[in-house]
Amino acid sequence: MADSMQLTARRGRRRFRPRHPIAHLVLCLGAIFMVGPFLWQLSTSLQTFGESVSVPPTFLPHSPQWSNVTTVFSALPFGRELMNTTVMTIARTVGQVLFSSLAGFAFARMRFRGNAVLFAIFLSVTMVPYQVFLLPQYQIMQGLGLLNTLTALFLPGMFSAFGTFLMRQFFRQIPMEIEEAARIDGANILQIFWRIMLPMSAPGMIALGVLVIIWSWNDLLWPLVVNSDPRQMPVSAGLASLQGQYTTNFPVLMAGSLLASLPVIIVFIVFQRHLMSGIAFSGVKG
Amino acid sequence: MSGQGTATAPPDVLTGGETGRRAGPARRRRPRPPTRDSGWWALMLLLPAAAGLAVFEIWPTFQTIYYSFTSWGAFGGHAWSGLENYRTLIADSDVFHAIVNTAIITAITLLAVPLSAVVAALLSLPGMRGVTIYRTLYFLPVVTLPAAVALTWKWLFNGDYGLINWLLSKIGIDGPHWLSDPATAIFAISIVGVWGSIGYNMVIFLSGIRGIPVDYYEAAELDGAGRLAQFFHVTVPLLTPSIFFVTVITVINSLQAFDLIYLMVGQQSPAIERTETLVYLFYQRGFAEHDGGYAAAIGVLLLIATLILTAAQFRLQKRWVHYG
Repeated sequence: MADSMQLTARRGRRRFRPRHPIAHLVLCLGAIFMVGPFLWQLSTSLQTFGESVSVPPTFLPHSPQWSNVTTVFSALPFGRELMNTTVMTIARTVGQVLFSSLAGFAFARMRFRGNAVLFAIFLSVTMVPYQVFLLPQYQIMQGLGLLNTLTALFLPGMFSAFGTFLMRQFFRQIPMEIEEAARIDGANILQIFWRIMLPMSAPGMIALGVLVIIWSWNDLLWPLVVNSDPRQMPVSAGLASLQGQYTTNFPVLMAGSLLASLPVIIVFIVFQRHLMSGIAFSGVKG
Repeated sequence: MSGQGTATAPPDVLTGGETGRRAGPARRRRPRPPTRDSGWWALMLLLPAAAGLAVFEIWPTFQTIYYSFTSWGAFGGHAWSGLENYRTLIADSDVFHAIVNTAIITAITLLAVPLSAVVAALLSLPGMRGVTIYRTLYFLPVVTLPAAVALTWKWLFNGDYGLINWLLSKIGIDGPHWLSDPATAIFAISIVGVWGSIGYNMVIFLSGIRGIPVDYYEAAELDGAGRLAQFFHVTVPLLTPSIFFVTVITVINSLQAFDLIYLMVGQQSPAIERTETLVYLFYQRGFAEHDGGYAAAIGVLLLIATLILTAAQFRLQKRWVHYG
C-alpha cells in the first residue's frame, strides 16, 4: 500500500516535470502579437522623423532621440494635463471606494426597511450604459458653472452603483461570527465597520480602487464633452489634440502615447493580483 | 489542465465537508443582518452613494428618455416633438450603418473568445511555468490608455510607412491604406478589438477553469482522453457560463466603441460611415452638432439594446449553459 502510494506520488511528480514546449511556443507567439505594438511604440518614440519613415523600417534608433519627449511637453501643456489626470483619478477613486464601501456595508450587514428595493435600484443602474447620463450631466456642470474645470472632470464619476455592488459582495463574505463577537464585546456599528469590516475587506477595496484608477485614467469621452480648454484637459484628450498638431510625426505621437500610458501600466503591474481577482470576482458573480 | 484545480479546490468540499456539516446542523447557513434598529445608521451610510447616483445617474436616465421626445433649437431651448426623433432615427442611414458596423466589429472581436480560451487552457496546464509573466503580458492591452492604443495602432496600420504593410510586402502583398480605405478600416479597428479583449477574457476563463473539479479531468484521463479531448469535452462545456459572459461583454463593448473610432478614423475620413458606432453617433450629434434631442434618442436606443442583451444573457444562460 505504502509502496504503491509512493509509486504514484513519484509518477505524479514526474508528470509535473514536462515543460510543455509546444504550449510555450504558442504562448510566446501570442505574446509577440500582444506586446509587439508596445515595443514598436517604444522604438518609434526614440527615432528621428527621418528614421521613422525610412523603408525598410528602423527597428533600433541610431541614437535615442529624447527631443521627442521635449517636443510633447512644448506642444501641449503636457505636465499640467498629467496633473489633471492624476487629480481626476485620485478624486474618483477615493470617492468611489469610500462611498461604495459605506453603502455596500449597509446593504450587506444592516437590516432596514427598503433594503431589497433600494438594492434592486442600485443593481438596475449598473445596467444602464453611461453614455445615457452624459447629456444631463453636461447640463448639470453647465448649470453649476463648472465647465472647463477640474471639478467637472471628476465630480460625476465619484459615485458608483457597480462599486457598491462589488463591496456588498465582499462584505457578505466576512463570517457573521466575527461581527457577533465584536458586538458581544460592546462594539457599536461604526466601530464594527471601522475596526473589523474595513480591514477585512481591504482586498476588495484595493480591487475596486485599481479598477477605478484604470477606468478614470483612460476615460476619454466625458473629458471631451466637458472640458475643451487644453489646460483643463486630462492627458487622454490631450493626446487627441496632439494628433491634431502632429498628424504624421509618429515619433512625437509615440513619445506622448508612451508617457501618457506609463503611469497606469505601473499601477497595474504593482496591483495586478488584486485587479485580476476583482475582475474574476465581478465576472463570476455579476 | 488539472494543476490549477488541484491547488485551489479544498479537499474537504468533497469528503470532509459532509461530516462537518452533519456535526453542526444548527449552524446558520446564510448570514442574516444582525440589527433591527439600524435604520438611521443605514441611512447615513447609504446617503452619499444614493444621493450621488440619484443626481448623476438615475435622474439623468429619465431626463435622457424625456429629451428623446424633444427637439433642440440652436440656442439651447427644447420643445416637445413627440416621436419625431424616433421617426428620423428609423430612416437615418447613419444609424443603420452604426448597427451594421457594430455587428461586424462584434463578429470579428468574438474571435478573441476561442483564442483566449486556448491561452487560459494552456496557462492552466499542470506544472506550467511562467504563468504570471504570460498573464501580465497578455493583460497589458486591457489597461493601456485607449488613446495611446489608438495612436500606436494607427501608426502600425499606416499605409506608407506602417510596420504591418512592410511585413505584408515581405510576403508579396501590397497592403492598403487600412484606416482611410472604407473597405478595410473596420477590419483594422476590429483587430485592435481582438488584441484588446484577449487579456480580459483570459482572466475570466482562468478563474472559470480553476472552478472545474479535478475529478472530471481524472475521469476523462482514465477513459483515455488526451489533452485535446479533455479541452473539448471537459473544459469547454464546463466553461460555458464564462464563455457566455465574455460574449455578452464583447457585444456591449462593441456597441459602445468610441475611442478607437474617434482617434483612428475620425469625422473627416472617407471611412467614417463604415466604422461609426452608436456611441460615436451619439457624441457627434449631441456634442459636435448640439442636437441633444436626437442624441438622446440614440442614447435610448443604446439603452434598449443593452437591456435586451443583458436579459438575453440571463435567459439563454439558463437554457444551454452547463453548471459543473
